[in-house]
Amino acid sequence: MSTRNMIEAINDAHRVMMERDPDVVVYGEDAGYFGGVFRATAGLQKQFGKTRCFDAPISEGGIVGTAVGMAAYGLKPVIEIQFADYIYPGYDQIVSEVAKMRYRTAGEWTMPMVIRTPYGGGIFGGQTHSQSPEALFTHVAGLKVVVPSNPYDAKGLLIAAIEDPDPVIFFEPKRIYNGPFDGHHDRPVTPWAKHEKSAVPDGHYTVPLGKAEVVRAGGDLTVLAYGTMVHVALAAVADNDIDAEVIDLKTLLPVDIETIEASVKKTGRCLIVQEATRTGGYGAELSALVQERCFYHLEAPVERVTGWDTPYPHAYEWIYFPGPIRMKTALKKVMAA
Amino acid sequence: MNKQSPSRSNRPALALHVPEPKYRPGDTPDFSSIQVPAAGEAPRPDIAAPDEETFPLCNSLVRVLDDQGKAVGPWDPKLDPDTLRKMLKDMKTVRVFDDRMYRAQRQGKTSFYMKCTGEEAIAVAAAAAMDPEDMHFPTYRQQGLLVARGYPLVTMMCQIYSNAGDPLHGRQLPIMYSDKEHGFFSISGNLGTQYPQAVGWAMASAIKGDSRIAMGWIGDGATAEGDFHSALTFATVYQAPVILAVVNNQWAISSFSGIAGAEQATFAARAIGYGTAGLRVDGNDALAVYAAVRWAAERARTNKGPTLIEFFTYRAEGHSTSDDPTGYRPKGEAEQWPLGDPIARLKAHLVVLGEWDEERDSALDEEINATVRAAQKEAEKTGTLSDQGFDNIPSMFEDVYSDTPWHLTEQRDASLAEAREYLGRDPE
Ligand SMILES: Cc1ncc(C[n+]2csc(CCOP(=O)(O)OP(=O)(O)O)c2C)c(N)n1
Repeated sequence: MSTRNMIEAINDAHRVMMERDPDVVVYGEDAGYFGGVFRATAGLQKQFGKTRCFDAPISEGGIVGTAVGMAAYGLKPVIEIQFADYIYPGYDQIVSEVAKMRYRTAGEWTMPMVIRTPYGGGIFGGQTHSQSPEALFTHVAGLKVVVPSNPYDAKGLLIAAIEDPDPVIFFEPKRIYNGPFDGHHDRPVTPWAKHEKSAVPDGHYTVPLGKAEVVRAGGDLTVLAYGTMVHVALAAVADNDIDAEVIDLKTLLPVDIETIEASVKKTGRCLIVQEATRTGGYGAELSALVQERCFYHLEAPVERVTGWDTPYPHAYEWIYFPGPIRMKTALKKVMAA
Repeated sequence: MNKQSPSRSNRPALALHVPEPKYRPGDTPDFSSIQVPAAGEAPRPDIAAPDEETFPLCNSLVRVLDDQGKAVGPWDPKLDPDTLRKMLKDMKTVRVFDDRMYRAQRQGKTSFYMKCTGEEAIAVAAAAAMDPEDMHFPTYRQQGLLVARGYPLVTMMCQIYSNAGDPLHGRQLPIMYSDKEHGFFSISGNLGTQYPQAVGWAMASAIKGDSRIAMGWIGDGATAEGDFHSALTFATVYQAPVILAVVNNQWAISSFSGIAGAEQATFAARAIGYGTAGLRVDGNDALAVYAAVRWAAERARTNKGPTLIEFFTYRAEGHSTSDDPTGYRPKGEAEQWPLGDPIARLKAHLVVLGEWDEERDSALDEEINATVRAAQKEAEKTGTLSDQGFDNIPSMFEDVYSDTPWHLTEQRDASLAEAREYLGRDPE
C-alpha cells in the first residue's frame, strides 16, 4: 500500500499494465521522454523503452487514427489527449471508427484501447482548458465512458479500462490530479498525502467498470455525481446537514442503473450534479432514466446542478463552477418539494 | 507480438523509429550540425517567378545580416534607418513586456503567460512588411504584431489581467488577444485552427475583389494538425492571397521538432508537395524576415498565389509559465543557438550603418522600461486577476448569442442569487 495522488495512481496503473502485458503501448503529445504535461506517463519511456511509450505529433486525429490501426493489429493502445478540449480533431476517428468498429465488422475487428484525457475546470484554464465534454461521448454507441473521482478508483478503473475489450474514454478530473478538493473553491486544498482515501494499493487491482459506489449513505435524497463534483456534492451535503445518499457513478456509459434505481426508490428524491454546461448534458440523461424508472417513487421533481450554458470564462471560473452554494439551493428545492 | 509465421521467419524484424533530439538535460548542446548558409547566399526569385523556382529555397535559409551586422545579398530590403529603429524598438518592447508579464504571473497577478523570447523579429518584421489593413490569424507568440501595430500596451495588460479594462471581458485566457481594427484575429487555444481561417479570409478578399491579404501563423509542432494540411490544400487550389507562416522554434512543449517531422524534411518543404511557393528564412534576422514577408505579400497582392514561409528560430524560454524546460532539454541551449539573438543582430546592423550607438541604445532601453512599467501601473489600477470578484456577473452571459435566450437569462439570475448568498449582500 502506498499513498498516491491521482496523477501518481494513474501513472502506476500504466506501469502495472505495461509490465503485465507487452501489447500495451502508451503515447500522446509530450507523453514520452517528459511523461506528459501533467506527468501521468512519467518514467514509462525510461522503463519500457521508446517503442512502448513515446511522444506523438500534435495531431489528435492522427493519435486516435493510429490507435485504431494498432488496435486492429492486436496492440492495446493507451493514448493521452493532452486536454479534453483538444479531443475534437480526433472526434471523427473516435465516433465514426473507434466506436463502431466491432459492430460494423460483426466482431471481426475490435478496438481495445483507452483514450485518456484531463477534463474540467478549477484551474483558471479558460474556455480551451476547462471543458467537460463527456456528454458528446455518452451519446455515442460503442464507447464506454469512465470518470474517476479519487486516486484509488483512478488506478483501479484505468487498469480495468485497459483490460476491457472495448474502447474506453477515460476522463480525468484535473482539478483533483494533485490533491483532494474539499468542494469549496475558496478554501485551501489539502494534499492527498494527508487524505486517508488516497491509500492506493501497489500492484494490480481493478475497480469494475459499470459499477457506481454509494460514497455516503443516507435516506432523504439521492445525489448523483461523478469526477470533481463528487467532492462538491459531499461538501454541500455535509454543510447543510442533510441525510443525503451520495453516489459516485464512476462509469457514465454503461451507467450502473441498479444502484441508482435502488437508491432513488429508497429516498424518493434525486439531485444530479455535473460540471459541464447544462443543456443536453449527461445529467439530462440521468434525469430521464430516473424519471422512467422511479417516477412512482418520486416525491419531488428531479433537479440538476450544472455549469452554465456559456463557454468557460477565464476570470469568472468560480462563478461558472457549480459549487456548494448552487448545490445548497438545489438541495433545499428538492427537499422542500 | 514478435510472432512470425514460418514462411516469413527469415525476413528481418521491423523496427519502429522514434525520433530523439540530440541533447537532453545534462548534455552539452552543440548545434554545429545545423547548416547555416552564409548571409546573402540565397537567390531571390522574381515576384512573378513560377512556384518551382522557390523550391531550392525551401531547403536553404534566406539570410540577410552577416556576422558583422552588415546587410548583404539580393534579399536585403534596404530599409531606411527610421524603419530599422522602429523595428528595434518594437522588438525590445516585446521582450521587456514579456519579462514584466512573466513576473506578474509569478507574483500571482494572473494565471498564465507565454513569452516569445528569441522570436521577437518574426512578428515585428512581419508587421512592418505588411499593410495595416492586412489581417493576421496569429497563434500565441505573435504579441509583436500588436506591439508593432501600435496597440495599447495597457489594453494588452488588461487582457492578461482579465480586469475591467479587458476588451474581451475576462473570457479568454491571458495573451489570447483579439482586435479587428489592428488586424489581429482572435487567438484560439486549439492549435492549428487559425490556419485554414486565414486562407478563408484571403479567399473572401479575392471573392470580393478587395486588395487586402491575410497571414496565417502556426508553430512547428502544430503543423502536424490536419488543419495545417487543409489550409495548404485550400490555399493552393484557390491560389488564395495568403502567407502561411510556420514558426519553427524547435520545441513544442517538451517535444522537439523531429516529432513533427523535421528530421526528414524542412517545414518549408511542405510547400513543394502542394506545388506552392515556399521559403525557409532565418527567423532571428529581422531583415530576412521582412524581405521574405514582403516578397510573399507582393506575390499575394498580384494574384501569384500563396507562400509558405518557415521561420527558423529557437524558443529561448519555457513553453509557458506552466512549463519547466530543464526537464527535457539542456540548460543554456538557447545561448548555443547558431543564429544568435535577433535584437542584438538588428542593433549591430544599425551600429554598422552608423545609425545607432550604445548611448542611444541604453536610452532606448530606459525609455522602454519606463513605458512598460507605466503601462503596468496603469493596467493594475483597473485590477489584476487575483482581485477579480463578483463584479459584472451578468456580462458572463452576454455574447453567447446575439440575443440572450430564456435559459441564459434564467441562469444569469441564478448566478446573481448565488453571489448574493455567498457575499451576504448584493454583488456590485
Ligand atoms: C489541438 C491542440 N492540441 C494540443 C494542445 C496543447 N498544446 C498547447 S501548445 C502545444 C505545443 C505547440 O507547439 P508549437 O506548435 O511548436 O508552438 P510553440 O509553442 O513552440 O510556439 C500543445 C501541444 C492545444 N493547445 N491544442
